Amino acid sequence: MQYLVSVIDDKTNSGTPDEMAAIDVFNDQLEAEGHWVFAGGLSSPSSATVIDNRDGQALFTDGPFLESKEYMAGFWVIRARDLDVALKLASEGSKACNRKVEVRPLLGE
Amino acid sequence: MSEVEVRQAITRAHHEEWARVVASLTRRFGDLDIAEEAAAEAFATAVERWPTHGVPPNPGAWLTTTASRKAIDRIRREAKRDDKQKAAQMVYDYPPEPLGPIDDERLRLIFTCCHPALAMETRVALTLRMVGGLTVPEIARAFLVQKTAMAQRITRAKAKIKAARIPYRVPAAEELPARVSGVLAVLFLVFNEGYLATGSDTDPVRHDLTAEAIRLTRLIRTLMPDDGEVTGLLALMLLTEARRTARVSASGELVPLDEQDRGAWDAALVAEGHRLVRERLAAGVAPGRYQILAAINAVHTSARDVRDTDWSQVVALYDQFVRLDPSPIIALNRAVAVAELDGPDVALAAVDGLEDTLAGYHAYHATRADLLRRLGRSQESRAAYDKAIELAGNTAETAYLTRRRDQLG
Repeated sequence: MQYLVSVIDDKTNSGTPDEMAAIDVFNDQLEAEGHWVFAGGLSSPSSATVIDNRDGQALFTDGPFLESKEYMAGFWVIRARDLDVALKLASEGSKACNRKVEVRPLLGE
Repeated sequence: MSEVEVRQAITRAHHEEWARVVASLTRRFGDLDIAEEAAAEAFATAVERWPTHGVPPNPGAWLTTTASRKAIDRIRREAKRDDKQKAAQMVYDYPPEPLGPIDDERLRLIFTCCHPALAMETRVALTLRMVGGLTVPEIARAFLVQKTAMAQRITRAKAKIKAARIPYRVPAAEELPARVSGVLAVLFLVFNEGYLATGSDTDPVRHDLTAEAIRLTRLIRTLMPDDGEVTGLLALMLLTEARRTARVSASGELVPLDEQDRGAWDAALVAEGHRLVRERLAAGVAPGRYQILAAINAVHTSARDVRDTDWSQVVALYDQFVRLDPSPIIALNRAVAVAELDGPDVALAAVDGLEDTLAGYHAYHATRADLLRRLGRSQESRAAYDKAIELAGNTAETAYLTRRRDQLG
């Protein structure tokens, strides 16, 4: 089972050196324990472009799909046996990056 | 066997076996929704068959077997619709879980229903449905929400448990303390639903629910003997349960504390409750809500006559409680004690201040009605009784309120 752990923040790329070091330690732990799938930081929503090509005529819109004060500033995709394991890892991730995080299961296996 | 006896057997089986059937099916099929639906179908089948075929010698085993067949039927039906899902559903790759510190199927079910990733109101609803076996309308009534909203809440919860894979197990020892307090809140609500059962066709006191809440709280106490709140909740339940038979008259009417035959209280339960309260006092740790409530009940049950009640002690304990939890319902209960200590006029002023938040709560109107009656304001008292009767869901309580109203001069 895979879970998306979104990092919630009102700015991006704002990690302090201490936070970045803690994130590195956490990432190493994810790898060592077999939970690591993928992770990344995101640049700010103002750099986003929304594309709608449902009718074959791609329409580009500048900016994010949803405007909000807080948004996804980064993420992990982790592999975990169940939600208890995912919540425990996400709690450690939240501590490491010093931000709120949200856990959502990915569909299917 | 007469029709009445069969109906009683079905009711008894429902009270005794529902949680066990749901728990064992959830374990076997790994899906709460399937377990709940199959359990409900099995009981419906019992209602159909038992009157003509007779009550089976082991109703629990019959219900579990019948429910399992229903579950397999449903899984096959769905598998035909979607072959891929078939593979996923028939071969549940549920690795054997290491046995937790408590080996009880129903506790597994409780910890799943009380999982911290679910909202508190959802945990209560789910526990009452899955463990308590209450119907959705009964639960909706207990929490003053619409049936459809309650049904949706339960459906969403089951979907989340499945989609997010909330595990079906008793948490490991290191996670237990945090998980237990969530369970206690739910068990207390289950106890209260048993203690003041709702529904015009329901017994005013559902001993099965109070007994089940006590049984599970005892189990948790065996596991965590040093947790003050577990002990406090058990003491509170025992001291409340001790008064159960004195609380409803032969004619099915609620008997308030000051009118109860104190000789009819269960002395063994009172003694056990008092022993637990003393144990917590001796621990010298600041008490939580259940310990305070248990202490209040210990004061009441220590008075052999209502006139011997140490009301200043009761009010002092409520003051402590209000500091911990400034909720209007606690303020309402405090006012009841204040009426005894400082008089009904002082209490009424405090109660009137709670109207904004408690206008939809029958006990608010019942308390006002009683205070107004004691102040000789009959007309206002009658109106408050009317409102309380309209809102009360418990048959014994309605009977009591109606008599009180009709006695007004």
